[in-house]
Amino acid sequence: MGEVILTMNGIDKSFPGVHALDHVNLEVRKGEVHALMGENGAGKSTLMKVLTGIYSKDEGTITYEGKEVEFSNPRDAQAAGIVIVHQELNMMNHLTVAQNIFIGRESMSGKLINDKKMNEEAEKLFQKLNIQIDPTEKMGNLTVGKQQMCEIAKAISHDAKVIIFDEPSAALTEAEIEELFKIIRDLREKQLGIVYISHRMDEIKVITDRVTVMRDGGYVGTLITKDSTKDDIINMMVGRVIYEDPKTQSNVAKDAPVVLKVEHLNAGKMVRDVSFELRKGEILGFSGLMGAGRTETARALFGADPVDSGEVYVNGQKVTIKNPMDAVKCGIGYLSEDRKRFGIVVQKTVAENSTMADLDHYMSGIFINKKKENEVAQKYVDSLKTKTPSVDQLVVNLSGGNQQKVVIAKWLVRNCDILIFDEPTRGIDVGAKSEIYHLMNELVAEGKSIIMISSEMTEILRMSDRIVVMCEGRKTGEMDISEATQENIMHAATLRD
Amino acid sequence: MGNNEKKGNALTNNPLVNAIGTQKIVVVLVIILLAILFSVMSPAFRQYSTVVSIFDYSYYISFMAIGVTFPLITGGVDLSIGTGMVSAGLVGGYLVTFKGMPTAVGMLAALCVGLLLGCFNAFLAAKLELPPFIATLGSMMVARGIGSIITGGMAVTWPPSSDPSGWFRSIFKISVGGLNLPIGFLLVIIAVIVMSTVLNKTRPGRYIIALGSNKEATRLSGINVVKWQSLAYLISGLFTGLAGIAYAATFQTIAPGTGAGLELDAIAGAIIGGTSMNGGYGTIVGTLLGVFVMSLLKTGLPFIGLQANWQQIITGLVLIVAVLIDVIKNAKRA
Repeated sequence: MGEVILTMNGIDKSFPGVHALDHVNLEVRKGEVHALMGENGAGKSTLMKVLTGIYSKDEGTITYEGKEVEFSNPRDAQAAGIVIVHQELNMMNHLTVAQNIFIGRESMSGKLINDKKMNEEAEKLFQKLNIQIDPTEKMGNLTVGKQQMCEIAKAISHDAKVIIFDEPSAALTEAEIEELFKIIRDLREKQLGIVYISHRMDEIKVITDRVTVMRDGGYVGTLITKDSTKDDIINMMVGRVIYEDPKTQSNVAKDAPVVLKVEHLNAGKMVRDVSFELRKGEILGFSGLMGAGRTETARALFGADPVDSGEVYVNGQKVTIKNPMDAVKCGIGYLSEDRKRFGIVVQKTVAENSTMADLDHYMSGIFINKKKENEVAQKYVDSLKTKTPSVDQLVVNLSGGNQQKVVIAKWLVRNCDILIFDEPTRGIDVGAKSEIYHLMNELVAEGKSIIMISSEMTEILRMSDRIVVMCEGRKTGEMDISEATQENIMHAATLRD
Repeated sequence: MGNNEKKGNALTNNPLVNAIGTQKIVVVLVIILLAILFSVMSPAFRQYSTVVSIFDYSYYISFMAIGVTFPLITGGVDLSIGTGMVSAGLVGGYLVTFKGMPTAVGMLAALCVGLLLGCFNAFLAAKLELPPFIATLGSMMVARGIGSIITGGMAVTWPPSSDPSGWFRSIFKISVGGLNLPIGFLLVIIAVIVMSTVLNKTRPGRYIIALGSNKEATRLSGINVVKWQSLAYLISGLFTGLAGIAYAATFQTIAPGTGAGLELDAIAGAIIGGTSMNGGYGTIVGTLLGVFVMSLLKTGLPFIGLQANWQQIITGLVLIVAVLIDVIKNAKRA
């Protein structure tokens, strides 16, 4: 770690009705990876928005390279060398990679844009970062991982001295995260200051030098990473120890009835001859790398994508699922990996979302029975401990964890016995995560059955009774939790033809 | 997971086809097929005068369509171009015919009307962030009313080509030895080249595409989205003015209160030409080709005995099929 490059001191910010930041401090040194942690809503993003001039601060000082600064917009911050790699990727999908990287500062020949020069510049950047991306490819055609690399390249091309990574790993595979870390270490070598926002405790231990923890808009403290334990950090974040150990044996009786049987399912290129069984009260983990075909399998099973061939049995009965309506009739509920796109309607209320899959039962004649709707929504708000001021709150105003609970409520209202959780804790903070786990355990204890797709190894090992591993559209492994290890899962996940 | 791993967007492996774009090739084929169909079914269609008349009817739609492609690429729309064009023609013609001003002043006035309309739309849609559909639906009605008020509800006749001050008509069509040459097409081609360059090779064009693709991301890139979104409507307005002049040159008289519905021909042309209603994608060449399909249908269908109502139906079906091709293409891509 070198000298201090950035100090934020006593930053205070209020919005009408909310004290968003309460005298928060942050110090970043050159050649340091500094983790900024806290539950969702702790104020991390707000703090970064104040830093980059999206919000103005009410109180406090920002010192950058020895001078007090106040940026009035992200562009000024960028020009000074402070750049954010956003959590929600900010890309223009219709433009090429190079056009995205150099947006706002195009190479010109007179009045015309010189795309050729920009492609060359981008190529040089990628070489410097040791990544292989075609600068002329349309951004929309890249994987999320590659898009993220482009964001980083964009940040570096701004001559950044401080780079803020806002949950960079949320959508990446283990392999892509490795690549990301390599780049981050490289940037650290080059004496950049790096702020790393993440919920993943394992990553924090691996990549960061110091950790600053925030809670409810306040500053809790700063630790040296290598001198502190996971529990130390989590305690600072939530004030209680919640980390659970991996499951060692299955909670499901050997003779528990099979509620779902899938045989030789084929759908497009990503689902090839997949067969598996799900027992009553079981959590069946689906592990694999990104692009293994797990989400595609779930979507095909749920009728969201067309199936080419294969048979599905629910409670021993052969069923034909052509669309999600059929699936729901069979008692299958799907919780999408991408809540905002597929799971909930963010501009609707908690109550409206809760009854969305089962509205027929909440009608009086041709009108929606608001009272009945509110009652059932309230019931699940209570039982799932969803944090919302009321069932009339718009879902967009809830945190990620609570949004996920609304999705769960939706399928519980519909009385689904088979629930497919696709990346149930993606983008959810540690506290809410542990609640979701608890909830899933309660659901299976009540006799529901769960398919859980997860890219987080720890999650798979902590929750599953049995594990199916996929690679390139095929099932490449199946094991009981008692015999599962990170190593044999990873081995199966990389079994290619 | 895998959802994000989109395949390459090319449907074919032929680099030439990919460079030009599948949609455009389809549209060119449609144009050729329609031309053959009409020629075979109607001997009268195979005359030179028909070609001239196809061109004549294409100018004002072309200008409108080139202009409206820009708001469409931003993810918006401009519904005011039809009545705006007629208003521009009315105001310009009024000054020339009733106020005795030189033709050039009338033409300038027409351009100004278009630009003012563009300013108004830009203010509503870009600055106040009204939904473009609503904003321009409103300005469409406003434009229709204003045109009528200024001319006192009277129809306007621009000077005929026989009159010396009717010289502007020869920008679009000249007579050489009794033969009508549709030289207005050259103007359209120039407009296409200029605006294609603006769209693909300059910063304004780049930012218009960028904000149509992802407005928030563009804003966060430090780009003034209000400014560039405004520019899209200004371009649309300017071309509405140009279309007004072309309209005046094509028709003898311009009746107040008309023009509603003509914007849809232009928008349909742009869509057939491959411009995405969701924004982020569109080409000026494609738009021109799309307008040609529309123009060919308008002129050709009467020759094979299909009158106005049938034209509407067939034009509508062509539009639907064109968009359907795009939808299917996108579905395959995903």
